[in-house]
Amino acid sequence: MKVNISGLNKVFENRVRLGIMSVLMVNDSYDFNNLKATLGVTDGNLASHLKALEENNLIRVNKQFIGRKPNTSYSVTNNGALLFRTHLKALEDLINSQ
Amino acid sequence: MDSKSNYFEDLKVIKKVMEESSRFLSLSGLSGIFAGIIALIGAAIAILGFMNGGILFVDGYTTGMSSHDIAVLKSEFFIDAILVLIFALAFSFFFSIRKSASKGLKMWTPVSRRLLINLMIPLFTGGILIPILYFQDQWQFIIPLMLIFYGLALVNAGKFTYNEVFYLGLSEIITGLVSAVFPVYGLFFWCFGFGLLHIAYGLIMYRKYEI
Repeated sequence: MKVNISGLNKVFENRVRLGIMSVLMVNDSYDFNNLKATLGVTDGNLASHLKALEENNLIRVNKQFIGRKPNTSYSVTNNGALLFRTHLKALEDLINSQ
Repeated sequence: MDSKSNYFEDLKVIKKVMEESSRFLSLSGLSGIFAGIIALIGAAIAILGFMNGGILFVDGYTTGMSSHDIAVLKSEFFIDAILVLIFALAFSFFFSIRKSASKGLKMWTPVSRRLLINLMIPLFTGGILIPILYFQDQWQFIIPLMLIFYGLALVNAGKFTYNEVFYLGLSEIITGLVSAVFPVYGLFFWCFGFGLLHIAYGLIMYRKYEI
């Protein structure tokens, strides 16, 4: 994962990914459909960004059945929470420094 | 590309998404104002309608009344209270739906479900205990318990919506505890807690978030 000199993380340089991480930082877990509704993005768009975050071990996927319906929910990993906080700090520092 | 304003936009998105996904922001101050007005109307109906203009629950309030009259009085109070509850809830749903529609927010979200569960547990506990006491003629702590359980419900639910709800809850709990010391003035405390506090906090929230 590429981290530039200021502490900003390349993997978060996208509004949808920022949105996903923001939701998961303040909620224990959140399912696909509610993420889609909260962020106002399409299925495909959301799925591809979730995949990228998952592959980087920033979020965890929990698949389960609610009744007969499959339900996929997501939560943030310790690693993801740490990196996101660092990214957030870097954003704030950049804005305050200039 | 102006990267600084881009970072600034990023932070704004993060803050907005965090807030919207962890707090129910469709709650309207108007709900509080109307709940307060309805509570005061309900109290006025009780005082003028079937307490014959009296407002104090003095000892021996019901002595000299036939058991039939006492039963009538009890059901009048009960119906009045239920009507206040129904109208206050109806208005709060109405204003919340209206606010969520005007702000483009969703009403039924994971956070609004959590809000309801946290609100309902203390509220149902009180909602079951209080009628039990009421129909056992244990009148003394009815009003303090109404205020206290309602306050606990708001404190519990306050984590999932505006902070003012938490402080309204604390104010209701304090009002309830004080009213337990002065049972004679129960109706005054009831009007203060369910009427004036609702209106005051409703106005604060309305001015802060909706103007």
